[in-house]
Amino acid sequence: MTVQLWTYLFVALSFGLYIGIAIWSRAGSTNDFYVAGSGVSPLANGMATAADWMSAASFISMAGLISFLGRDGSFYLMGWTGGYVLLALLLAPYLRKFGQYTVPDFIGDRYYSRSARLVAVVCAITVSFVYVCGQMQGAGIVFSRFLEVDITTGVFIGMGIVFFYAVLGGMKGITYTQVAQYCVLIFAYLVPAIFISMMMTGNPIPQLGFGSELNADYGGGYLLDRLDNLSAELGLAPYTEGQRSTQDVFFITAALMFGTAGLPHVIIRFFTVPGVRAARKSAAYALIFIALLYTTAPAIAAFAKTNLLTTVSNTEYQALPEWFYTWEQTGLIQFSDLNGDGAVQYTGDASTNELTVNRDIMVLANPEIAGLPDWVIALVAAGALAAALSTAAGLLLVISTAVSHDLLKRSLMPGITEKQELLFARIAIFIAILIAGYFGINPPGFVAEVVAFAFGLAAASFFPAIVTGIFFQRMNRQGAISGMVAGFLFTSGYIAYFKLIAPESNSAEHWLFGISPEGIGALGMLLNMLVALIVCRLYAAPPQHIRELVDSIRTPGDR
Amino acid sequence: MQDKYAREYWRANIRLLMILLSIWFFISYLCGIVLADWLDNIRIGGFKLGFWIAQQGAIYVFIALILVYVKAMDKLDSQYRDHHPSSPEQSPEDSSNDAGDDSEITGGRE
Repeated sequence: MTVQLWTYLFVALSFGLYIGIAIWSRAGSTNDFYVAGSGVSPLANGMATAADWMSAASFISMAGLISFLGRDGSFYLMGWTGGYVLLALLLAPYLRKFGQYTVPDFIGDRYYSRSARLVAVVCAITVSFVYVCGQMQGAGIVFSRFLEVDITTGVFIGMGIVFFYAVLGGMKGITYTQVAQYCVLIFAYLVPAIFISMMMTGNPIPQLGFGSELNADYGGGYLLDRLDNLSAELGLAPYTEGQRSTQDVFFITAALMFGTAGLPHVIIRFFTVPGVRAARKSAAYALIFIALLYTTAPAIAAFAKTNLLTTVSNTEYQALPEWFYTWEQTGLIQFSDLNGDGAVQYTGDASTNELTVNRDIMVLANPEIAGLPDWVIALVAAGALAAALSTAAGLLLVISTAVSHDLLKRSLMPGITEKQELLFARIAIFIAILIAGYFGINPPGFVAEVVAFAFGLAAASFFPAIVTGIFFQRMNRQGAISGMVAGFLFTSGYIAYFKLIAPESNSAEHWLFGISPEGIGALGMLLNMLVALIVCRLYAAPPQHIRELVDSIRTPGDR
Repeated sequence: MQDKYAREYWRANIRLLMILLSIWFFISYLCGIVLADWLDNIRIGGFKLGFWIAQQGAIYVFIALILVYVKAMDKLDSQYRDHHPSSPEQSPEDSSNDAGDDSEITGGRE
């Protein structure tokens, strides 16, 4: 069987599974549609959260990014896992006790204000749309690369599948498909990593392997030392040393952490479990499942970089391994023989460097680089699709609930029946899929540029508003709204300036306090809190029933 | 106004959060970022310590923190209940399920 046949088989099997689950878990009520009837076990919710969280970017791009960033890449690792500590300790149990359907629900009720709810709706929809376009694009790329259909067809197939289980099953369908998708993606990620770790270091556990000694055919010595030495020889930065300034890494890590904890599609997952205790437990499961991939990624990054530097650098073009030519055809590896000696010179100096490697290749080409069997290569394709589709579905649900529940039912058309609301929810998700699909096929140039936007925005708007809503009883609607608006405007303005308006000045000497646009969300969050605390003092304390609401979410509600 | 057990419960909760979040900050921001270069002088096998914490260790500590939190809060909740047999805030959706067994897939908001 060829790689392509295996890929068709795995993708067809996994899609069949998702559709089967969708039919089995149809949603009958808005409660099913929004929060899966709040009957999801903590274990299943942990897996679903992990699949929801780990997007095409985590699966395909993260290891490659770390591979090129070295130790600086740690901000992705710590940022995207450390946020779960905040989520578990500061948000999830209380929001579950509060027990509504959406994040704008909490903001609107806690701050007794329709404007607060609308501000939250705008933030939720903006954050989720930025994110979902990237997922659709990711699915399209995997389809086109592994199944050799064009990107447009790929996006259409992806849309069709998500449409089927999201429209039919809502949160219920999405949750149980995400459980299946987690299993597919983690298996697809770990299998090649274990094979490669065995091959290079003889240690089957990748997390230990990248701190072990290399096998004799790779030259022996500790892997990371060798990587540092190789990098130094080629004039690249040492792999295990940081290059960015400490305060920038600090702020980027913080923006990613607080952003993670503030992302609506992650938060609503905790509305689907039966109670407060289950919400806490499920946050623990979620982080364990996420950590399986996130602790493997830096190992893959180190293996891949070592492989690249030892097998490709200073090798005659004719003598390169087979995978080099295969991926060269896709344009992801580019070699231009600048000095005409017929060999590949990979250096840190742009004027002599002859090799350009796309970061995505580190995961996608890894099985070929390691010479693994064809079915493993096909498995990676199925895993990448699972990662992209599961995240897309979770985000589309946030958009649909924001429209049908927060905008229509709770703000504009309070008179509609549950049946009508459910119909509106399905129509909203349908339209959201069409728009996401459109952007997947015609990606606006700025999608990749504004990924930081989603995190920065969530950190600067939702996180402080929710946390002060729970922990600071005195916070009133004036404080919360002005805080959210200040954080939102400051963060989006800063990002827009450096990414869209004046990208040529996007360098450390122009940044505020040396903080890059990726990390500015953390500062936006501090600004939000500061503004909220000052404005809060100028107006009356929230009414009695709000203080009682806060008291009630603070006390244990279930056994 | 809340009764004294509710206030005590909340104070104990805040104390626990402070401890856990201090460890969270120490391990990720101090050990993983600010002090990482200095910790790199210490080696464990093939890893420099600062590098290992930033790419591996911090994540394991995060998991441990959530697990400790889950255990400690379960204990705190049951102590609260011993003092507080009929919690007025106990809403019907929360008492209808999750009775000791978190894994059951029944119940809902109705």
